[in-house]
Amino acid sequence: MLILTCPYCGVDAEETELAPGGEAHLKRFGPGASDEEFRDYLFARENPKGVHFERWRHAHGCGKWFHAARCTMTLEVFGTYPAQTTKPPKAIREAITAKRPGWTWREFE
Amino acid sequence: MSTRIANQGRLIDRSKPVRFTFNGKSLQGYAGDTLASALLANDQMLVGRSFKYHRPRGIVASGAEEPNALVGLGQGETFEPNQRATTTELFDGLTAQSQNHWPSLEFDIGAVNSAFARFLPGGFYYKTFIHPRAFWKHVYEPFIRQSAGLGKAPKDRDADTYEHFYVFADLVVIGGGVAGLQAAKAAGETGARVLLIEQTAHWGGRAPVDGGEIDGMAPEDWIAQTLDALRAMPNVTLRARCMGSGVYDHGYVLGYERLTDHAPETAGPRHRLWRIRAGQVITATGAIERPLSFAGNDVPGVMLASAMRDYAVNYGVAPGRRVIVVTNNDDAYRTAIALKRAGIDVLRVLDARTSGGGALMEEAKAQGIRIDCGRAIAKVTGGKRVAKVAICAQEGQGAALEEVACDAVAMSGGWSPVVHLWSHCGGKLIWDDAWAMFRPDPARAPTGADGRPFVTAAGAANGELTLGATLADADAAGKAAAKSAGFKPRRIRTPQGSVTDEAPLVPVWLMPRAAKVELRAKAWLDYQNDVKVSDVQLAAREGYESVEHTKRYTTLGMATDQGKLSNINGLATLSEALGEAIPQVGTTTFRPPYTPISFGAIAGEARGAVFQPLRRTPIHDWHEAHGATWEPVGQWRRPYTYPQNGETPHDAVMREVRNTRQAVGMLDASTLGKILVRGPDAGRFLDLLYTNMMSTLKPGKCRYGLMCSENGFLMDDGVVARIDEETFLCHTTTGGAEHIHAHMEEWLQTEWWDWQVYTANVTEQYAQIAVVGPKARAVLEKLGGMDVSKETLPFMAWADGTLGGIGVRLYRISFSGELSYEIAVRAGQGRALWDRLTQAGAEFGMMPYGTEALHIMRAEKGFIMIGDETDGTVIPQDLGLGWAISKKKEDYLGKRAQQRSHMTDPTRWKLVGLETLDGGVLPDGAYAVAEGTNANGQRNVQGRVTSTYQSPTLGRGIAMGLVLHGPDRMGEVLEFPGTDGKISKARIVDPVFYDKDGEKQNV
Ligand SMILES: [Zn+2]
Repeated sequence: MLILTCPYCGVDAEETELAPGGEAHLKRFGPGASDEEFRDYLFARENPKGVHFERWRHAHGCGKWFHAARCTMTLEVFGTYPAQTTKPPKAIREAITAKRPGWTWREFE
Repeated sequence: MSTRIANQGRLIDRSKPVRFTFNGKSLQGYAGDTLASALLANDQMLVGRSFKYHRPRGIVASGAEEPNALVGLGQGETFEPNQRATTTELFDGLTAQSQNHWPSLEFDIGAVNSAFARFLPGGFYYKTFIHPRAFWKHVYEPFIRQSAGLGKAPKDRDADTYEHFYVFADLVVIGGGVAGLQAAKAAGETGARVLLIEQTAHWGGRAPVDGGEIDGMAPEDWIAQTLDALRAMPNVTLRARCMGSGVYDHGYVLGYERLTDHAPETAGPRHRLWRIRAGQVITATGAIERPLSFAGNDVPGVMLASAMRDYAVNYGVAPGRRVIVVTNNDDAYRTAIALKRAGIDVLRVLDARTSGGGALMEEAKAQGIRIDCGRAIAKVTGGKRVAKVAICAQEGQGAALEEVACDAVAMSGGWSPVVHLWSHCGGKLIWDDAWAMFRPDPARAPTGADGRPFVTAAGAANGELTLGATLADADAAGKAAAKSAGFKPRRIRTPQGSVTDEAPLVPVWLMPRAAKVELRAKAWLDYQNDVKVSDVQLAAREGYESVEHTKRYTTLGMATDQGKLSNINGLATLSEALGEAIPQVGTTTFRPPYTPISFGAIAGEARGAVFQPLRRTPIHDWHEAHGATWEPVGQWRRPYTYPQNGETPHDAVMREVRNTRQAVGMLDASTLGKILVRGPDAGRFLDLLYTNMMSTLKPGKCRYGLMCSENGFLMDDGVVARIDEETFLCHTTTGGAEHIHAHMEEWLQTEWWDWQVYTANVTEQYAQIAVVGPKARAVLEKLGGMDVSKETLPFMAWADGTLGGIGVRLYRISFSGELSYEIAVRAGQGRALWDRLTQAGAEFGMMPYGTEALHIMRAEKGFIMIGDETDGTVIPQDLGLGWAISKKKEDYLGKRAQQRSHMTDPTRWKLVGLETLDGGVLPDGAYAVAEGTNANGQRNVQGRVTSTYQSPTLGRGIAMGLVLHGPDRMGEVLEFPGTDGKISKARIVDPVFYDKDGEKQNV
């Protein structure tokens, strides 16, 4: 039962308040995309033992979607940030680097 | 025999006798007894049968680790299976039944399995019941059904109540032994909010039985003094009978409090689930003694040495009168001394160590107890009770040196810290060679959201097995955890526990060391699941190297044991068989709950009427007053039909359909989802959400739309009305409102966040009433207030106005194929409008109709229903809905997915109508069979029924279904075998059964 801080309303939300939304920072592929691009967009997911970026919705709260950067191994949370972005903000990436030097995740590091 | 003994029993009150029954036999115990101690006091050593071989099983332990004494408690609506006799407090009127035997505990037919033990080796589930196939139905399955499962499921509804507590604490201390008490005290003195929970009814754990001194006091006195100190601290909460069930992510802890199990007449909830959020957790959960693996170690009367001492000291019960103690460590001498003191004959202490023990051995010797070092048990014999022990040298194959008649054996294979709660959330273990045990590795503790450890093991649970070390460790743990939680530890003296000079333990994983195969095949590792040393050795020979695989293959440590008694002995046996060190083999994963908790506690208050909220429309009371039968739709209750004058529901539905088609009907459609989508980009947004074009819809008009997931599958449908340039009202299915609204928000917030659109779910803000049938217009004209003519309000248009003086929004949409108006009104006026409509409609023969009539009428028209024709694998193209998919749009959610080869495959099953040859009704969900069989030997299929009804309009059964190449096979007859073995034949027809040209709705 994770606790994540909603970056919109500032509430430390228990997992029961949240709805999970899978992996963050997916790029949508639509008509015109190749079969491989579309397959990866729909189905290919990271399954890291370590740093991971996830989507969560403060479903039983303010209703906003946000992203969480956390470690799937130790349950450490590096930070949460609004979902209206295509990449993790600099402050989040630096927070991860401070704890997990040399980390990578998809094209981010 | 086992009996009550005089002058012993610190926990029982001999002035308060208690009556109880076991297998119908009336017995007597005392207040303070557990069911186990009371059974032993009545010489009821045999308490159950083992799972696989139905071997007689007696009480082995005195606490939560008991594998055998699982009983069914109570009767009828309070019956509960698999309750541990060792943790069940006795009360007057308790009724218990033993389990897993047939026809009786004393005489069990399944025990014949034991004679065939060689047919049920390790992995027997996977080997024995495979071939021949024909044996399944009449031999294997009845056998498995007869012998499978521990206990019986209750048949009646649970009469008790349960509740949840939500609690926050800086520090939760799990375990109320001396370590837990001291840790709580050290932490409490810092001012931290401390919650201390203990699974039993007693504080202090084993210390009062095990003896020694703390700060010069008897442990019992120190416990009382410490409890007083804790109770005086306002920041400390203590709960007995509250087990730490699990430790989870980010400091979440579940406590399981048994409030009235020991006093069932007490008012209030029976169990309480504590949902705790803790800053820090201390696991002071003690240690569990290990059995020794010798032949016949499962014969009733063979017991853990510590348990035997508990029964004598705590309950004044002698599990035997002539006892042999067998050990590989010093602790068992405490049992020998305690038994001797209680007047029980201790015939021998067999110490597997050639040099014997330390100070405790000397004390035993001084009391005249015979001690044989380097000795072991070759074999225990006896049927339902220990009769004889064959003694041999530990270093050998088991040649008997001597046979001694006795009636109980106390065994000790050393101690294992209870690391379960430490491990639940990722705490790792290290192997302690000196004590031959796994203990928590403080360098690899479970970590919280901040990346720092949040669990500390303390005392025996941390591998500190002596009184002095336990107290010092617990004191340090309490102070350190309080500091981690942000509190300043105070410099308070650590209590001094006495230290006994103990000789080192010598690991004994098999007794004797080189036991012959016939002895190994009777040396039990897991009493509950009937796993023996030979089974684990066989698994290793068959290539099982991983401890997790071996566990599942042999069932070692499965079910309620969960790595308590059997764990270390099992993996030590595996590691020896594999020739690897124990730490390399590792342990299985410890998972919550620590011991089983009741389903009632998990459900808490969420049962019956408060299981989930019930949603009622503004017209609900009218439906109820008019005899509606109900259909649950999501959390809503909708009228299914309104039977009149003793009609059956079926007849009522038929009448409602006929009346609506011939005259006029009315339907409470308030539950339909209504989502307002507004903003400059609303049209563009809806073009992406729906498969068809919504941006071209004119204000004042309605359009039916389909919504697909990004995976292409049809997820919802409904009518969209354009209110003005920037505003759309999207109707969803009743069950879809919330998740479609969430779907919209997800795309708006996470993909098109720069678009100017907002959404609002206004489902409950409006009541909606459908007036349907050829006389619908006449009813509305009678109410008056707005022009409802075909010219002013044509099909698929809407208008605002008043009807009977009530402000309404009137939609001309139809889900029945009839002339139909849906009237939306502010929820507060829903009932008023409904009443006015029923009055105005009376002269036209208007009657209400329910959801079943709605379904039949839509099926007669070939309209699909989400959830009937769709199941998450169906795309609009399968349903002949290509007309509702825009060819002009570059993109919509699901478009790219629907271009995948699988989605455009011409062999996808397509929607058709089905008409039975005999006029009957096809079974729901039935499959149309095809020639031949598939790779699994099952009949090939070529289609299935998705909706099926008796149509009163056509006077016959009608159905819709998805059929291979269906639309190209009009007129063909398919066969649908039912579950009753009968075959229904149906002809493929157009799915529109009624008014194919749509003339009736467009008038
Ligand atoms: Zn929020």
